[in-house]
Amino acid sequence: LAPHRPPRDRPTPPLRGPGCRPRAPLRRCPRYIPPLRVWPMPQISASSPEQYPLNPEAFYFEYGRQSEAQPGCSVLDAAFKRYFSLIFPDYFPVTKNFELFHDILIFLDVPISLKYNLSVCAGQASLKAETVWGALRGLETFSQLVYQDDFGSFFVNKTDIEDFPRFQFRGILLDTSRHYLPVQAILKTLDAMAYSKFNVFHWHIVDDPSFPYQSQTFPDLSAKGAFHPMTHIYTQTDVQRVISYARLRGIRVLPEFDSPGHTQSWGKGQSDLLTPCYKGGTPSGAFGPVNPTLPSTYQFIARLFKEVSSVFPDSYIHLGGDEVNFFCWKSNPDVRAFMQKMGFGTDFTKLEAFYMESIVNITSTLNKTAIVWQDVFDYHELLHIWKGVPYDYTKELSRITKAGKRVVLAAPWYINHIAYGQDWRKSYTVQPLNFSGTEEQKKLVIGGEVCMWGEYVDATNLTPRLWPRASAAAERLWSDEKQTSSVEKAFPRLQDFRCKLLRRGIQAEPLYVGHCRHEYQGI
Amino acid sequence: MLTCLKFVVLLLLLSSRSCDGLQFNDIDEEVELVAQSSRYGSLWPLPQKVQLSDVSFKLTTSSFRIVDAKESSAGPSCSLLQNAYRRYYDYIFENAKKSWQAKGKRTGPSELGELQVWITSADSECDGYPSVTSDESYELTVNQPFAVLKAPKVWGALHGLETFSQLVYKDEFGTKNINQTTISDFPRFAHRGILLDSSRHFLPIKVILANLETMAMNKFNVFHWHIVDDQSFPYLSRTFPQLSQKGAYHPYTHVYTPADVKMVIEFARLRGIRVVPEYDTPGHTQSWGKGQADLLTPCYAGSKPSGAFGPVNPILNTTYDFMTQFFKEISTVFPDAYIHLGGDEVDFTCWKSNPDIQKFMEQQGFGQDYSKLESFYIQKLLNIVSTTNKGYMIWQEVFDNGVKLKPDTVIHVWKGNAQQYKNEMANVTSSGYQTLLSTPWYLNRISYGQDWQGFYKADPQDFKGTEEQKKLVIGGEACLWGEYVDATNLTPRLWPRASAVAERLWSAKDVTDISDAFNRLSAHRCRMVERDIPAEPLFSSYCPHEYKGV
Repeated sequence: LAPHRPPRDRPTPPLRGPGCRPRAPLRRCPRYIPPLRVWPMPQISASSPEQYPLNPEAFYFEYGRQSEAQPGCSVLDAAFKRYFSLIFPDYFPVTKNFELFHDILIFLDVPISLKYNLSVCAGQASLKAETVWGALRGLETFSQLVYQDDFGSFFVNKTDIEDFPRFQFRGILLDTSRHYLPVQAILKTLDAMAYSKFNVFHWHIVDDPSFPYQSQTFPDLSAKGAFHPMTHIYTQTDVQRVISYARLRGIRVLPEFDSPGHTQSWGKGQSDLLTPCYKGGTPSGAFGPVNPTLPSTYQFIARLFKEVSSVFPDSYIHLGGDEVNFFCWKSNPDVRAFMQKMGFGTDFTKLEAFYMESIVNITSTLNKTAIVWQDVFDYHELLHIWKGVPYDYTKELSRITKAGKRVVLAAPWYINHIAYGQDWRKSYTVQPLNFSGTEEQKKLVIGGEVCMWGEYVDATNLTPRLWPRASAAAERLWSDEKQTSSVEKAFPRLQDFRCKLLRRGIQAEPLYVGHCRHEYQGI
Repeated sequence: MLTCLKFVVLLLLLSSRSCDGLQFNDIDEEVELVAQSSRYGSLWPLPQKVQLSDVSFKLTTSSFRIVDAKESSAGPSCSLLQNAYRRYYDYIFENAKKSWQAKGKRTGPSELGELQVWITSADSECDGYPSVTSDESYELTVNQPFAVLKAPKVWGALHGLETFSQLVYKDEFGTKNINQTTISDFPRFAHRGILLDSSRHFLPIKVILANLETMAMNKFNVFHWHIVDDQSFPYLSRTFPQLSQKGAYHPYTHVYTPADVKMVIEFARLRGIRVVPEYDTPGHTQSWGKGQADLLTPCYAGSKPSGAFGPVNPILNTTYDFMTQFFKEISTVFPDAYIHLGGDEVDFTCWKSNPDIQKFMEQQGFGQDYSKLESFYIQKLLNIVSTTNKGYMIWQEVFDNGVKLKPDTVIHVWKGNAQQYKNEMANVTSSGYQTLLSTPWYLNRISYGQDWQGFYKADPQDFKGTEEQKKLVIGGEACLWGEYVDATNLTPRLWPRASAVAERLWSAKDVTDISDAFNRLSAHRCRMVERDIPAEPLFSSYCPHEYKGV
């Protein structure tokens, strides 16, 4: 079995990382040498048949002497603990005073670049990264390099890896409004996200069906708008727990408070927020999108977003802005009068733009960068979607980047849409930069996002529906596209990765017939 | 609904430039399906005759009892019923196990103190196995001072207990209530099955048991165990231990030992469920060949064996000796009166390539018609199985190929589109055979949205034929083939989608109101979730108790 080699057009890096000791004599008897089975595929890697045993009794992580981060660094302290048990899943320390001899150790060294460099050689492995976030990815890679033979002994092969993500934004959207997801289900997803090197949790936290976010400023929103005011809400403590759990795994939490559409549940706890719809000359009792004509609306949004921007530390905030239905606005005489006053004529898209502009201004005063769905950029294409014409997202990418806007691509990764068979192959073969445009335009594509909308998903089926299907997109967003263009080559590696996920307690569904050494033990 | 495709656009500056000259968006308010409460509460599948009243009684943990009626032919020695009482008591009171032991206190005026279970026929069948002719009917009367569940046999009593538990609801103070009710119930079809495939992926015993438990909640009564196939042979045979030793994914961690099989059968029996094993031959047998030399046909490339193997080799006497011994074991291990013998999708290319087979074809005068060779094999196999006194079920191809069958053979229809399977049902029944339908219920085939509605609408008697022909339809099976399914996703993929099939097979033919079904099924799925079964949602909504097994 040949060791994994990078493609020919790349220079082979020296098989000797900094700090490597002289090569130990090769063992006589041939042993099983696994191919490099890391998911997502690192950018540059070289491994050799030379293998080193790992002794759980003696293995430890250590901060490098010259490392900027030292014991006390919460992210890495926690990561060392976590990865120790991920690497040695069956291991429970039995002896209290075990010997500290240098079998394999990992340390962080002075920053050298944006990437992480991982070099495993006899006696020790070294991991260099500029930031702790890079170090977390390196730890994940290291943990995937370790394997067990048939007798249960742990091994790692001599390996050099130089790695960095292709895109800076690699997200997963979960929808906690259509179904409430218990905090435990979110935390589990964050764990699995870290295993696939995702770094953004896009929390579509509220929508029409329910408002589970418990606001300090407007407690009625969840008290009246959640499915249940006690059992189906996210308290401030829950939200903090999610944020800090994510941070320790190098994941940002991007909250979405979608308006002016998708806000039916908001109206239950905040009177006069939504537009009253009219039938003939009288209010019908139904409500439409947020009422953009009242100053009280903007006061409310300003106060809510002020809270949201202090609760969620991320510098981005998602404002939604998709699928606004003008039917109700049109029916309302006050809205129509406002339109006239503003000189919008009968163009309700102008009213929507007016609203979106106002709330984007609110968020910029809070020093947050606003993200919106593409509908806000252009309404023409949306009509096509409603009519069911297949949507050509590459054209959209050209158009939007031409206008100088930065883009996150989600269109090809709506994995709440399920189909019979191996649909991960479709997610995998997406080419996010394969659109006509200049180099400058391509740079505006900052990443992609896997969306798991919640109409048909709750805690009963979320995990197997998300994994390993989302992992296909993870590799597309992290790895070099040329090195990972073959679905057939990816298949055994992804199968192997899904068994790793099972071993780590993630209920990832099978790709096709076969088995894992350790099957899932729940129901 | 966010069902269309989108980007996320990162805006640093938002210009209103893009908003010029746009058209109106004339879309009506979306109407979303929201679960309302049904007149029939959360009953699923809907009983044949239900009379509900508004009068309600309370049930309390400390005093409520499920007991044998004095007149019942089954007493305390009937462990099947005693187990069921305990199980349903726990379901009714959400696992309030402690209070079971608590002393009874007197019941109040609006309280229901007892459910008396009365087995009316002399033989309760308590220690027997359910069969296709079992009487599953029951009558349930909920009234003061006690409720009565009457059933000729224990099988009906089990269904009645499930129905009783479905009538109990919690009021806003958390108290358990049940309304005055009269129900008379029986299944429309005798064979209501679920097929699970433990060969494409190994299914841990725990998963199989959890699904038997869920089957009972849906009044399914047949577990069709597609236990072996090409990919693996997890059945540990006492006569031929090499079959699993070599043919399973792993000889110890991925096998069903005789004790495992026994446990599955008994667990199923206690829930009124038959276990029908399927040993599919002559195709779908790659894994058999690993542990049994000369069983499979060697394929040839040109004039030499290619090293690959095809279906079971039908021309060797050793094949039939093996089958005789093997099925002798199977017929004693599995108590059910039927064995499923498969017989589907036989690929003739390997047989055609083999010179010995070609010679045999000539000798037998089969010419180039390899389906005759298949028939030859099946015929011999059926004779072997007949000597074990078992009946057999076979996939439709065996019938299509004109194999001579015993009159009591059950033909399992699985192929084609709606028109084709209806024709097939008509053909099979006009030839006088009993039949089972699965074509519209391949639950392994998934798609986006509420596909349960399609399963719900299919009716096994919806084909052209006489009344006599319709009577030959003994039921149907929901199939969950295992290519993409294992312990990680089996349960949420099966439930509540299979529940739609359950109602079609149990309830009266005219129970077809989709929106009433949606309301009851939503509540039924929340009940399954509350009973720790990860049944997936039908649509945006919530359950009072969400799934906790994350």
